[in-house]
Amino acid sequence: MEKRISTPLTDEVIEDLRAGDKVLITGYIYTARDAAHKRMVEALERGEPLPIDVKGQVIYYVGPTPPKPGQVIGSAGPTTSIRMDKYVEALLRLGLKGMIGKGYRSPQVKELLKKYKAVYFAAVGGVAVLLSKCIKSSEVIAYEDLGTEAIRRLYVEDFPVIVANDIYGGDIFEEGRRRFAKIEL
Amino acid sequence: MREVLYEDIVEAVKRIAIKANYELPEDVELAYQTALRREESELGREVLQQILLNIRAAREEQMAYCQDTGVAVVFVELGQEVHVVGGSLEDAINEGVRRAYKEGFLRASMVYDPVFERKNTGDNTPAVIHYKVVPGDRLKITFAPKGAGSENTSRLAMLKPADGWEGVKRFVLETVKLAGPNACPPFTVGVGIGGTFEYCALLAKKALLRPVGERSKDPVARRIEEELIEEVNKIGWGPMGFGGTVTAVDVKVELYPCHIASLPVAVNIQCHASRHAEIEL
Repeated sequence: MEKRISTPLTDEVIEDLRAGDKVLITGYIYTARDAAHKRMVEALERGEPLPIDVKGQVIYYVGPTPPKPGQVIGSAGPTTSIRMDKYVEALLRLGLKGMIGKGYRSPQVKELLKKYKAVYFAAVGGVAVLLSKCIKSSEVIAYEDLGTEAIRRLYVEDFPVIVANDIYGGDIFEEGRRRFAKIEL
Repeated sequence: MREVLYEDIVEAVKRIAIKANYELPEDVELAYQTALRREESELGREVLQQILLNIRAAREEQMAYCQDTGVAVVFVELGQEVHVVGGSLEDAINEGVRRAYKEGFLRASMVYDPVFERKNTGDNTPAVIHYKVVPGDRLKITFAPKGAGSENTSRLAMLKPADGWEGVKRFVLETVKLAGPNACPPFTVGVGIGGTFEYCALLAKKALLRPVGERSKDPVARRIEEELIEEVNKIGWGPMGFGGTVTAVDVKVELYPCHIASLPVAVNIQCHASRHAEIEL
């Protein structure tokens, strides 16, 4: 069964999500990856405001290909999330509620999700053409000089993700692998 | 000597760079169809179905299969009777990459310097080019864009001869386990054993170009491949790491002689966007 949720995310919605749930997201989400995260966190360290208000929002770790004429966006699948782990707490502290990416997170991030009541969603990496179809609008709103790494505001409809880490310590990757592992390393 | 024109090389590289990014090879697609029948996890099968749909959508709509259109890795086999005229071979390859990434709407993903400024070069150049001079008068170019998600999880070890097969096996399995969901399984795993520090890494990458499902002609490499395929799929990651029985669709092993004191091993992880296209001029 799939759960349909919309952004911004509320605590009630987050409390209802469990690792392994299939979720369809509708609403505005923001893109940011390595360079944008570095710049945002450096701005915060200097006491400057962020170019976006992250309260209640979801950040999608993606650097899309350029759109062809007539397209909203090019191919747009998730990038590996763990590279952003260093920057996560600064954004959670400001009220960020969700992240979309691929791959596992560090133990520290999993603890932070509990502490700040936020959720980490995994999208299927590499299926970038399919995922681009769920993106209905795209607008660069900050750090345009970063090109593909600029911050974009996307409107997504039924964007398919799976809850990877919830606020209860659930972890789809650990649980999934344990179910099928025939050797321990 | 046979003359090959600079401009022809540029256009050839452009063509195969775009093709590699839009169209996964048939052997790769077939491997995922086979995986779909073998995968025991329901969620894993759903992921494989999406992968197959994405292959078709990318091919039909002529779009990049993955948004990470990679580092432009190029393998050149240059016949020693070939004379390149009108410019340098290296410039021609980079110009081909430049045009492909612009005209093919591919993502520019290269930054310089790598440590401090990390400014995007804007056109995905420079390519990483491996040359081999071979007999004959042909010029063969293979374009194999490599995404960072899987490249970042690749590893190399200088083992001791006493570590032997058990050491090699443990290192390969550990690498696949660490790579896991972050590197977009199902993988093709390239393994280079022997040579030197840099040469075993090159062997591992070259191994990825061989057709999926084809076994090595070297009986030792073949035995290693067969055992590793079996073992890797016991780890349990499955498609996208959500748990399952197909973590890798293939393991490719290349061997080379090495020093009496060495046992170098390199593991190059290839995500499911296993892309390459080639052309002969």
